[in-house]
Amino acid sequence: MPDILTRMGDGSWTRMTESALKKDLEEGTKDAAERAGVPPLSEEELKHLFDIYRSPVKFVSVEPGNEIVLSFDAGTLKLQRLGINTGRIHNIQIMERALGADTMEMGHIDYSYKSVKPIVGDEQQEFEQALLVSTLPLFYGAMPNLAIYSQPDGPVANPAELLPKGKISEARASQEEAVELAVKDIVYVASAMYESGADGINFDTTGAAGDPDFLATLRATKILKERYPDLCIELGMAGEFVLGMHGALEYEGVRLAGLYPHEQVKLAQRAGVTIFGPTVNTNTSKSCAWNLARAVTFIKVCVEHSKIPIHANMGMGVGGAPVVDNPPTDAISRASKAMVEICRLDGL
Amino acid sequence: MAITHAIASGMGGMRTAGDLVARMQMTRGMKIKEAKEYVAKRLSVSILDLSDPVRMAEVRDDLNIGLVRSLPKRVKGMDGKFRIAEILGIDINCVKRFKERVGKNII
Repeated sequence: MPDILTRMGDGSWTRMTESALKKDLEEGTKDAAERAGVPPLSEEELKHLFDIYRSPVKFVSVEPGNEIVLSFDAGTLKLQRLGINTGRIHNIQIMERALGADTMEMGHIDYSYKSVKPIVGDEQQEFEQALLVSTLPLFYGAMPNLAIYSQPDGPVANPAELLPKGKISEARASQEEAVELAVKDIVYVASAMYESGADGINFDTTGAAGDPDFLATLRATKILKERYPDLCIELGMAGEFVLGMHGALEYEGVRLAGLYPHEQVKLAQRAGVTIFGPTVNTNTSKSCAWNLARAVTFIKVCVEHSKIPIHANMGMGVGGAPVVDNPPTDAISRASKAMVEICRLDGL
Repeated sequence: MAITHAIASGMGGMRTAGDLVARMQMTRGMKIKEAKEYVAKRLSVSILDLSDPVRMAEVRDDLNIGLVRSLPKRVKGMDGKFRIAEILGIDINCVKRFKERVGKNII
């Protein structure tokens, strides 16, 4: 008789037997291990995950003293998206004083470095005011978002239109051109915000447009760290492996397409990233247990390979969290506890 | 979602020492264990104290480094960060730039 109340990756309730739960945990870790070529979770780690899911309580947490640091992507936009009529400085103060945020991030509603470039002066003005009235470390963040460099939104030929016509070299050339443009925009905006006093710059959803996106971010990071050695750069990924939209791009001799988190972090470190945010996508047709076992397997190895702090992405639809707009606390708290305790994370 | 993470595994921000531990990760690239040990030593508290809102409210008030409740005659915002930079022994970007704007000889 199924007696464990849990959820699927789409957030819907499901009931599982103990044997079905164990099987999903084993298959989740096996899937990650095979894909990334890393070790699966140990019996002890799977038992810990099982106990977290077997608990009938609605909310679970780490033990006192084991807490970690929280950083945010789209920080000030979270309240804006709810339609709450506050400004971004209000949102920073609410997150700082009322909601227990360890750090906060200011971002523009059109959350891309390219979009921010023409209005960066306005962003600096508000950011400088925010710094006067806040105590917690304040990031400025946006997406590298190489997709908006192609026509009709941007200047370069659209690779998604060229590829179906068999124009592979032309598609690759357009992506390489977009990389050059994106690096300039990212460096321009990040420099301005650092010179306005930002504690850190966040590159969110890196790799959303595949390997050119990741390459532009690594190159921009290197330039920024050479220019401002004290600048904190957080680089958060879009997915668990780098999509090969170009396929042949390399950073310092390493091919980017197909890299998994434990390989991505090595390049991030080499470029000068301060905090790395690996991402593992959620499969909506599998249970949360399957997804979390899988995510923990990828992230645990990433932490082991990293010399820099790791803040795993644990938002909607990643890191074992279900893909829903209003994530349920039972599923999120289980993912939060398991990630911190098994992966030895530095933050989320 | 952010609230769930904050309660399940977050340090607690200014309610505790979450902002201070975050600064050590950001300025020195410290992993969580090293960052907590560093902050605990600078504040003369235990690792457990760092995420205790009762103990840290007392410590933050004593050190005057900013409280969740914005009480009179205590630091708020930028002035708190001046003191945090000094107590943690780190540079805070906006504090450095504030000093440059008002004149190095004034502060």
